[in-house]
Amino acid sequence: MSDKQPKSGKQKYAEVAYYPGCALEGTGHAYNRSTKALGKALGLKLKEVENWNCCGAMEVKNIDPKLQTYLSSRVMSIAANKMKMDTVMAPCNGCYHNLKKAEYELSSDEKSREVVERLSQKAGHATYQVGQVETIHALDWIKEAIGEDGLRERVKNSLQGIRIANYYGCMYTRPRHIFPEKDQGPGSESTSKPHFMDDLLEAAGAENVDFPLKTACCGGAHTLSDSDTSTRLVANILQAAEAAGAEVIATECPTCHSGLEMHQIRAESTLGLKTHVKIIYFTQLLGLALGLKPKAVGLHENVSDSFAFVKEKGLA
Amino acid sequence: MTAAALRPLGEIGQRLQVLVAAPATPADAPELLALGEDVLRHWVLAKGLEPTHGEREGFRLLALHRQGADGDPSFNACRETCRELAWHYNLLTLQPASEGEQDGRSKQARMMALVANHLFLFISGKLETEALGEFCCSSRPLRTGVDAGGAAGSE
Repeated sequence: MSDKQPKSGKQKYAEVAYYPGCALEGTGHAYNRSTKALGKALGLKLKEVENWNCCGAMEVKNIDPKLQTYLSSRVMSIAANKMKMDTVMAPCNGCYHNLKKAEYELSSDEKSREVVERLSQKAGHATYQVGQVETIHALDWIKEAIGEDGLRERVKNSLQGIRIANYYGCMYTRPRHIFPEKDQGPGSESTSKPHFMDDLLEAAGAENVDFPLKTACCGGAHTLSDSDTSTRLVANILQAAEAAGAEVIATECPTCHSGLEMHQIRAESTLGLKTHVKIIYFTQLLGLALGLKPKAVGLHENVSDSFAFVKEKGLA
Repeated sequence: MTAAALRPLGEIGQRLQVLVAAPATPADAPELLALGEDVLRHWVLAKGLEPTHGEREGFRLLALHRQGADGDPSFNACRETCRELAWHYNLLTLQPASEGEQDGRSKQARMMALVANHLFLFISGKLETEALGEFCCSSRPLRTGVDAGGAAGSE
């Protein structure tokens, strides 16, 4: 960036490079739609990373972790060197995690730097250098660029009376060492008890319930290889949310979200366990609170049908 | 807790199902904690280690988790679940029960059973797939040592 003056969080995150990742073009499209709609409603700008590629997710990482580091570094390189952006926002926990991991690997492992340098040269683009961009999650984006006070000022349809269990999943805060900005005291995110989603939804009027499984595994990686385990893990999360008094599980990861939705249905058919808790992205809930229509935040793209619920709550 | 005989994994799962469905009461807190310890003992034994009898922060459960996660960062995906189990145990056993709080305590006991069940499901699933590789998304690569000869390492 040409502007060398330090920027406040609000300025810095008012315009960010947007890395939706593969899931947000498929099963997580409602998250893509609601993130964009929310940003627009809040006056924030998203510039999609040009010609982005897969972050390496689980598949590549499991075969060759340094190839995953390269793939994630390419996304950051495009944002930094081609688009001249200093922040990449990734709403997907998997993408967010992998970009943070790549940043860590490049800062601490010479071999990773060599591999990334070599593959970047082969591919014909500038090699990503550590620190060129900051990778943030959609939660950081809204929290820093708008904040709770900013949200309160803009709420048109309060989420008051809606009891929410905030589910962060297991990749948003783990492993701790790739998230050096977390656990830095007041104002920072906690890796053991994350609260950014709680803070934002509470600012929009929601009542957060005490939910002990907010970072527990949903079995996402097992969905195809061992569906029964995933179903049982999800069923337990759904039961715990209901036992905590929640009407809604708010999500911030497309893998967790679709896992909760699909296995909620499967739990009923295979375990005979019917749960009624609604599964809604936090971006959809905030969008509705700002007065956006359900379709504008992609509620129709969710598997879990929450139209009647949001109508009953006066959000549609 | 005493070093009781280790129950088979299937038996632990069945007992947890009973306690989740019953639902559990505050009096079940010690058993729920012990079931959590047993699940962790299975994991540690599967790794070829002798389960520790030590404690961390007053809990063998937390010491066993730490032992199980040593050299296996993906196992930390159940770290908070273990801590929640210990926290619920403290809530149910250290706070004197008073009239009018029974609803809240029953809710805590039910939640403790669900937390213990989650620990069981996570670890039993991980044990089941151990031969196939790591369970968690943030795991190490399936094929350790691939770095040198993998796609990124070859010309």
